Amino acid sequence: MLKLIASRLLQMLLIMVVVSLLLFLIFDSDKFKKQIAVAELGGFAVSALSEQDYEAWLEKKGLNVAFYERYAKWASGVAHGNLGRSFEKNEPVLSLVAERLTNTGILAFWVFALMIPLSLGLGIVAGMKEGSKRDRVVSFVAVFTTSLPEIATAIIVTVVFALGLRWVPANSSMVNGWDWRQLVLPVMTLVLYDFGYVARMTRASMAEVMTSQYIRTAVLKGLPYRRVIMRHALRNALIAPFTIIVLQLNWLLSGVVVVEVFFQYAGFGKLLLDAALFGDVYVIQAATLVAVCVAVVSQIISDVGYTLLNPRIRFG
Amino acid sequence: MAGFLAPFRQPRRIVGVMLLMWVPLTLYVMFGDGLGGARFYVLMPAIPATLLLYVLAITSWRESPVALIGATLVFFWLLVAVLVPYLPLVDPNKPMAPFAVIGAVRNDHLFVLGADFKGRDMLARTLWGCQRVLVWGVSATMVAYVVGCLLGLIAGYLSGWWDQGISFVSNVLLSFPVMVLFILILNYLGPSGFNIVIAVTFASAPAIMRIVRGITLDMKSRDYIYAAQTRGEHPLRIMVFELLPNARGPIIVDACLRLGYTTVAITTLTFLGLGLQPPDPDWGLMIKESAKVAMLFKFSYMLLAPALCVSSLVLGFNLMADGLREMSLRD
Repeated sequence: MLKLIASRLLQMLLIMVVVSLLLFLIFDSDKFKKQIAVAELGGFAVSALSEQDYEAWLEKKGLNVAFYERYAKWASGVAHGNLGRSFEKNEPVLSLVAERLTNTGILAFWVFALMIPLSLGLGIVAGMKEGSKRDRVVSFVAVFTTSLPEIATAIIVTVVFALGLRWVPANSSMVNGWDWRQLVLPVMTLVLYDFGYVARMTRASMAEVMTSQYIRTAVLKGLPYRRVIMRHALRNALIAPFTIIVLQLNWLLSGVVVVEVFFQYAGFGKLLLDAALFGDVYVIQAATLVAVCVAVVSQIISDVGYTLLNPRIRFG
Repeated sequence: MAGFLAPFRQPRRIVGVMLLMWVPLTLYVMFGDGLGGARFYVLMPAIPATLLLYVLAITSWRESPVALIGATLVFFWLLVAVLVPYLPLVDPNKPMAPFAVIGAVRNDHLFVLGADFKGRDMLARTLWGCQRVLVWGVSATMVAYVVGCLLGLIAGYLSGWWDQGISFVSNVLLSFPVMVLFILILNYLGPSGFNIVIAVTFASAPAIMRIVRGITLDMKSRDYIYAAQTRGEHPLRIMVFELLPNARGPIIVDACLRLGYTTVAITTLTFLGLGLQPPDPDWGLMIKESAKVAMLFKFSYMLLAPALCVSSLVLGFNLMADGLREMSLRD
């Protein structure tokens, strides 16, 4: 088990090195350097710059040295806990990423807090009796809400709850300080989009357990139905949904760019998008590495959790 | 009815009809400007082909109502895509009456779905918008499938170093968050339809490769593969003509789901300003352009119309995938 985790973490480190090298290589192209120059000095100024002036600007920014030298410098900085400075916002990357991670963390917490009980509850109710009316209703709703793209769900909830009923603001930029009301729509969009998937998985897992021999035995020996469900079925039926829920963490971190952009929520995904559009290489490096790290760690947690919860699987 | 359709049920002829629908549509959308005067007539053969395909689909999927609903949604948009040049619509790019609401009559023109902030007719834009999403979405998925299947077959069948190398590269690509990959590639290459194809290929091919690799590993030790090896057939021939046709079941279901994802991805990328470029209408673009100006209930149709259209198309693909999976499990 430990060996498995160690090899996975080692692989993660290897992937991180490859990914960061690739990113440096991409952002070392002239196109991105020029893009930064245009963003900082303005398009007219850059086109008016002479060759020497542009070189001088590159030198001032530390962009003129070869990319492997910059990479070596950046890598040693990372080893000492210094992630560099953002070109765009001119502040340390570390605090920037930490701030955005907190915002996304708050969003993710509320999404999980609402999505998990909702999807597990509906999935269990649907899976208890496969093919029943309740099952078909839940399955249909789940397919329907999951099929709506996030952007469409965002538009629909905005039109209904912000523009139509005027219960909550349509914008979540939090410019005038923290306001929980601005969090309602993004959370609602993400829960609506995601719960169907988890509910379907729970339903499939529950339906499979309900057809197994030991459940039939429990029913036949005269246990109350409630007890069969709570004590016998749930224990095994919730293993698969657990692994899937952990994997949603990855999606919430970087897969929800659209929702954050649509509601102008200052989250991690929006940071990634802005940095990629600006060519802010150090921010992208840090954010991508965090994203890769979360992806791999959530994968490991999901796998380890699966083996711990399911006594039928044991690694030697 | 069935007797009339029977000659078209052979796989080869179905592919022929599909090409008859697809090639004109692709030509029209991707290279429309180069066609000159012929542009108007290009889509005509595609109309009967689309209708025929729809009839074939609903007659052979009668057992699954889910697949029927899905196919109806998808074929509705396909039909709109091939019919839209011949419909009595106004020019979708012509500014007429800014902010004309639903049902308003301005300059002797009835705005059935209203007009957007530049005064362009929303009905025309919404209907024209399906062309680009469909063509680019399906093309991108197809290219991703060709690359992914080939890599998966090579990794699974040849194994050894091939497998190690391809699997490592795809692990690296899969460890990028999808959106980051899209943004990086499109920002690097510049936003355009062809670059979306490349970005979708990079993002989807690794996952497709994994699926195909798994199936290949499973089928490699079947007798008919050994027979082909004994006959001395070339490995490439075995992969493409022996392994691939037998792996088609799970691949087709996955392709339907992935068509939905790609549609969402293209709309999303266009919304973020990284995808298809103005002025031609496109659902993602319509959302992007209206997101700032339509924040009043009165004008919310500007956002709702494209959002509902893209949802119906994605729902169609997903229901089709669900129905196909159900049917393949039943057999």
